[in-house]
Amino acid sequence: MTDAAFDVVVIGAGHNGLACASYLARGGRKVLVLEAADRPGGLAATREFAAGFRVSAAAHLLTMLDAGVARDLGLEGHGLEFAARNLKTVALADNGERVVFEDGAIGGVSAKDQAAFAEFRRQNRRFAKVLAGFCSRPSPRLVDRRKSDTLALARLAWDVRSLGRADMRELLRVGAINIYDVAQEKFESALLKAAVSMDAVLGSHMGPRSPNTVYSYLHRHMNDDAGAAGPAVVKGGMGALGEAFAAAAEAAGAEVRYGSRAVRIDLSEPSSNEACRAAGVTLADGTRIETGLVVSNADLKTTFRMVGPLNLDAGFVRRVHSFRARGVTAKLHLALDGLPEFHGGDAGDAGARLLLASSMDDIESAFDHAKYGRFSPVPVMEISIPTVYDASLAPDGKQVLSALVQYAPYDLKEGWDAGRETFKAICLQRLEAVAPGIGESVRASELLTPPDLEAEFGVRGGHWHHGEIALDQALFTRPVPGANRYATPVRGLYLCGASSHPGGGILGLAGRNAARAVLAGEDSG
Amino acid sequence: MKPHSEVRLLDTPFGSRVRDACEVHQWEDWKGYLTAAAYEDVELEYFAVRNATGVFDLSPMTKYRITGPDAQAFLNRVMTRNVRRLAPGRVGYTVWCNDAGMVLDDGTLFHLAEGEYRLCAQERCLDWLQWSALGLDVAIADETADVAALAVQGPTSCATLRAMGLDGLERLKPFGIARFPFDGGELLVSRTGFTGDLGYELWMAPDHAEALWDSLFDAGRDRLIRPMGTAALELARIEAGFIQAGVDFVPAEQVLRHGRGRSPFELGLGWLVDFGKGHFTGRNALLKEKENGSRYRFVRLDVDGNKPAEESFILDKSANVVGHVTSAAWCASAKRNLALASLEMPWGRPEDDLFAEIYYSREQRWTRLETRCTVMRGPAWDPPRRRQTPPADF
Repeated sequence: MTDAAFDVVVIGAGHNGLACASYLARGGRKVLVLEAADRPGGLAATREFAAGFRVSAAAHLLTMLDAGVARDLGLEGHGLEFAARNLKTVALADNGERVVFEDGAIGGVSAKDQAAFAEFRRQNRRFAKVLAGFCSRPSPRLVDRRKSDTLALARLAWDVRSLGRADMRELLRVGAINIYDVAQEKFESALLKAAVSMDAVLGSHMGPRSPNTVYSYLHRHMNDDAGAAGPAVVKGGMGALGEAFAAAAEAAGAEVRYGSRAVRIDLSEPSSNEACRAAGVTLADGTRIETGLVVSNADLKTTFRMVGPLNLDAGFVRRVHSFRARGVTAKLHLALDGLPEFHGGDAGDAGARLLLASSMDDIESAFDHAKYGRFSPVPVMEISIPTVYDASLAPDGKQVLSALVQYAPYDLKEGWDAGRETFKAICLQRLEAVAPGIGESVRASELLTPPDLEAEFGVRGGHWHHGEIALDQALFTRPVPGANRYATPVRGLYLCGASSHPGGGILGLAGRNAARAVLAGEDSG
Repeated sequence: MKPHSEVRLLDTPFGSRVRDACEVHQWEDWKGYLTAAAYEDVELEYFAVRNATGVFDLSPMTKYRITGPDAQAFLNRVMTRNVRRLAPGRVGYTVWCNDAGMVLDDGTLFHLAEGEYRLCAQERCLDWLQWSALGLDVAIADETADVAALAVQGPTSCATLRAMGLDGLERLKPFGIARFPFDGGELLVSRTGFTGDLGYELWMAPDHAEALWDSLFDAGRDRLIRPMGTAALELARIEAGFIQAGVDFVPAEQVLRHGRGRSPFELGLGWLVDFGKGHFTGRNALLKEKENGSRYRFVRLDVDGNKPAEESFILDKSANVVGHVTSAAWCASAKRNLALASLEMPWGRPEDDLFAEIYYSREQRWTRLETRCTVMRGPAWDPPRRRQTPPADF
């Protein structure tokens, strides 16, 4: 190895980078984490968007955090507190109709739909368990298999087979098709179908009719079987989760350096008989940090841009180039004078996870515009009002509304400078329709478009999963062949972010698995 | 609408002359162009290359023009050899690989002028080149149809071309490039070829093609010039020991079955791989191969007897299959029965006892031979005139 001060340099103090750093430090490595921002967490961030008003800037509800990772790192001992757990989900239609998901049951639909949903949920929890098992481990190599890969494949086959004949057939039938067809087949209520579809398309350049949206639904519900009956609100905003991850990493012995933007991954000088390997990281201010191992929490495209295309094989560069990572989700933040009242609702709605999409066709038509570089004239939303549970985020009596808004394509034709205010007005109009009077109480507002997310968090395309969760870039091929087991074609360079298996969502598994690959000295060959 | 029995292929810029000259109508499809497999008689055409001048229309050969500030960096990234060492006015033989170090194709790279290149290849590979250009400032244009090309090969080729007015051509060294005014345009001549003999390749805008053909055959008449088809060229290239994409190896982009491609080392082209020049596509895989050993060895075999070992298995002493022949021919000038073969490692060492399993029929009687093969150290045909500058005048 080298005589560098650090065995491993991790680029990016996102939750995966920090999880990876923790595991590496516990494995006895001297670890340095470089973070461009002045705080940890990456997309798990809390920011002040108006005087006295703070909000989770990107991810706003915790749905997927892996329990094993949370336990290993002792996140709760490092300051992670929940303001609320097991939130109910309320789907709101324009006509005042509501469907409520609470504790695994639903209200507001026919008895037939209730039974169908119970069966759908039962089945999906079983599917999700298979997926969760597969996602907790590195994906096996299909070509040039080793014994461990064959075992992993056999285990997957066994898990699938153990579903029993009926459920296995159902998994194989729906696993690669779209959520529209499945919801259409199973449910009557348009609102219920829309709510199920929202789970499949949130964060993705997909509509309910897009291929393999059943898979993205399962991905989102991967940890359902582990217990949580609904999402959680982190006390202090999502940034507090980042702080807890950072505290865990530091407690494990890793050093985290903020305000240190990595711009280049340095390689060893090419000698005539050795492959180039990662040799260090150069920062924006020109500082060069030498190390033998680099782990990148940055997204796939950003990581290999730091390596430089000429240092990589052409086929690999092409795969990285083709990785689909165009964000379509914007973030709307409102500073409110008071709690909004949603029509047809009850007082408890404000604290729920609110879904704004009346039907699958509404979602699909909202998506249609994004296909052609336009934002949706009638967007769909996931809304959270964290101040219902955590008053510390706003001045006394005031509220904060946080919404994921789709579809807001990264490459808007007219450009976001021109389109931002129009789209914000459209979003407010949309809210006004379901929460009359909300416009009056808005004291400040902010819309973060995918290009804003890209600029602020360094994620190419502003895609918060770092890349689409779709079957062609999931499981065995996430992010791309040649880098699907954390090791990359550049020796000594590993990936640990959401671009890697098992993908986006605040999970922490990519970070943990990457650390294991590093400790085992795996290479991509 | 033409009847569907009629082959619809493009004419090359020499089409009118080729159609006139081809007396036996043995046509082939070469990348969509009508190409003569033979004009009169394969043997006569082959002997024209070895004893006089053979002319081959190679216009269908894939040609890319590569320009732009990053042209050299781009080519160095694609090619296994060091393109920085290829001076302007020079041509280099080269191979390029995919990420796995498997050969995509071989070809010749012309450094036409500072930062301006032409790549001549067997396969179409614009997609691969474009992918390789991601992030680089380089322009790649397919000029296959914009350049008419003739190979003029054989001992009297230089004298013929000089008689056509190419003064000073005798000073052109192997793999050199020269330019001459011709028919109001510019004729580019390179001392290159696929016959292993003295020879040149002529490159010109298509509207001068017919004039070029006519002048060339006028100038060469007394020096026994002949058009040659692909069959004669095949004999000549096997005799010279040159490999052909799609015949002696499957271009990596066309391989369907895992592991059927070949690396440069496995094609005897390790000398084209320069690990010291920096990164290029396939470098990591080839380094690994160098460390772990290759799977195959490519050899030239001298086969006893005179029955071509076409598609033969190669056997060891105990009749185990250790490889197969990719190209074979009885080669008249070398007076040898030659074969190119891909053998499993470690076979193909000079001392190995190897046998070709040859089947042939004489009037419905089939005979099976196990004929002894000797691994050759160099090509069977490599006459001094191939490199001699100036070449002998005839």
